[in-house]
Amino acid sequence: MANTDLYNYILGIADNSLILGQRLGELCGHGPNLETDIALTNISLDLIGQTRSYYQYAASFSEEYKTEDDIAFLRLEREYRNVLLVEQPNTHFGFVIGRQYLFDVYHYMLMDELQNTKDDTLQAIARKCIKEVSYHKRFSGDWLKRLGDGTEESHQKMQEAINGLWRFTNELFELTESEDAMIKAGIGVDVSKMKEHYYAEVSLLLNEATLQVPERKNFTSGGKKGTHTEHFGYILSELQYMQRTFPNMTW
Amino acid sequence: MKKNWPLWEVFVRSKNGLEHRHFGSLRAADAEMALENARDVYTRRNEGVSIWVVESKHITASNPKDHGELFEPAQDKVYRHPTFYNLPDDVKHM
Amino acid sequence: MSEKEVKNMEDIFEARIARDEKIEPKDWMPEKYRQTHIRQISQHAHSEIVGMLPEGNWITRAPSLRRKAALLAKVQDEAGHGLYLYAACETLGITREQMYEQLHTGKAKYSSIFNYPTVTWADIGAIGWLVDGAAIINQVPLCNTSFGPYARAMVRVCKEESFHQRQGFEIMLTLCNGSSEQKAMAQDALNRWWWPSLMMFGPTDAESVHTEQSMKWKLKRKTNDELRQQFIDQTVPQADILGLSIPDPDLKWNEKEGHYDFGAIDWDEFWQVVKGHGPCNKERMDARVSAWENGTWVRDAAMAHAEKKEMKNRKAG
Repeated sequence: MANTDLYNYILGIADNSLILGQRLGELCGHGPNLETDIALTNISLDLIGQTRSYYQYAASFSEEYKTEDDIAFLRLEREYRNVLLVEQPNTHFGFVIGRQYLFDVYHYMLMDELQNTKDDTLQAIARKCIKEVSYHKRFSGDWLKRLGDGTEESHQKMQEAINGLWRFTNELFELTESEDAMIKAGIGVDVSKMKEHYYAEVSLLLNEATLQVPERKNFTSGGKKGTHTEHFGYILSELQYMQRTFPNMTW
Repeated sequence: MKKNWPLWEVFVRSKNGLEHRHFGSLRAADAEMALENARDVYTRRNEGVSIWVVESKHITASNPKDHGELFEPAQDKVYRHPTFYNLPDDVKHM
Repeated sequence: MSEKEVKNMEDIFEARIARDEKIEPKDWMPEKYRQTHIRQISQHAHSEIVGMLPEGNWITRAPSLRRKAALLAKVQDEAGHGLYLYAACETLGITREQMYEQLHTGKAKYSSIFNYPTVTWADIGAIGWLVDGAAIINQVPLCNTSFGPYARAMVRVCKEESFHQRQGFEIMLTLCNGSSEQKAMAQDALNRWWWPSLMMFGPTDAESVHTEQSMKWKLKRKTNDELRQQFIDQTVPQADILGLSIPDPDLKWNEKEGHYDFGAIDWDEFWQVVKGHGPCNKERMDARVSAWENGTWVRDAAMAHAEKKEMKNRKAG
């Protein structure tokens, strides 16, 4: 059914924003400086806002879920379609920046292309998102350069983060069945075609940041198909806590 | 290393047609960061269309001690103001 | 300067404030004025950033996306307010790092209210409604205080703060219109936050050491007890609208005075928390200190990168 594919396609994009927004939300009040705290919260707010637009659209035709919150809070772990990259923990600030940048470059390319979709609602969302994501990429890219080039310690920490997160990057470009169907329908973006461009852009910035570009091998994936890392259950246990403890209530 | 991020002054133009106005200060390691921080800190509620940042140490300020010599001489130059000139009531629009 | 000259300067200074003139950072000011302002403004700034912690505790667990976004925005505002206030304080010749140092070593205080835990979602509502409500009463008069940078920061803070209390009240109202469990959660939160909120106005006038001087410098317009009474008088009818009961058996309307009479505040508890023995003093400080210490390498890296870049530019230029 076409609607199922569209629904899955929307969630495949939206869940990334939700989970990354949630991860950034954990940091609020704990950043290295007030200014940085405020900046990261802005990114989190952008992502949560995007999530709401997508879920509202998906809920408008879903048979199972009536509201954005049903979709956000009531699914089972295997039903979340975000990539593994965005669920990785805030191990240290290098990981926060690395995760953000590796996602932002992809996210920007996706939004750029999604503006050409035949689906009017997705097009409107993409047109709004692209401006936000463009700023995210600028912010995370600038910070990646600072940390890579900064001190010996920061260089080593940033390299550690890039090395640790690199294996999750290939999944960004893997296509699910729903993506295939939506590409054929002129709605979805063929992200597999963006891959070389992505690695070229990321490599350029890593070089500028005096960091080594890891080899493109030993990748891992699964999030898009609902097989997540062990971190994910803990994310959900916080995210869903209220809705699970007090079902069917208004907040 | 024990060097703190320097202080920057932030000036924001609320909308085109208005001048940049001093909005406040913040800490940033470099100019790009100061600009980004200014955007995140001072324009969260859509307060601006343009931002200037300048490192605080580059601002030269007058000293309140010199208030007398700097500003008081201007107080009696009333002829610089239009109300100094008497016109007949019949003259309109001047 | 001789003692007599200083006295003369002080008289001129006090007269300026009495005429409602603003004092700006480079103006001459008595040392006591400077120190009092450093103490009060930095304490205020510290309260904002420590205040991020109890509410930040619920960001990942907010019950809806709308609530999550609103809470994030609110906690972020508090970071912003802390920043405005630190910047205002820096104009008096102290750095933000020195102020952090004072906070982290326990030399500087912050509002004791944030040493209470947020144990349920209703606490987020209660904080917005009661704690921000009390804060607004304390803060609005400061928009007119004598020290220019503080007054300007407060204008911005008050403008932004107006949504916080509404947000809190809306959370409470939704709970009170909800299930019996939700209503019980709201009542429980009110029970726990009511008395600490009253303590936010500080010791009684008889006990308060700073009031007279603060009045003169327009750091205060009304006394602690007057402000506390104002808060109670405006909050009790709001609790009625929510259908919640204020946890004070002695609370009753005094027709003759036109005020609510209220029961005795447990000042032992107040001093206990001020002295560092509240339920969360240790957790709050640990969180601030570790955020700052874990951020050291990040701040250093940014500085090092900026310096390298400048060197490069200089060579190129």
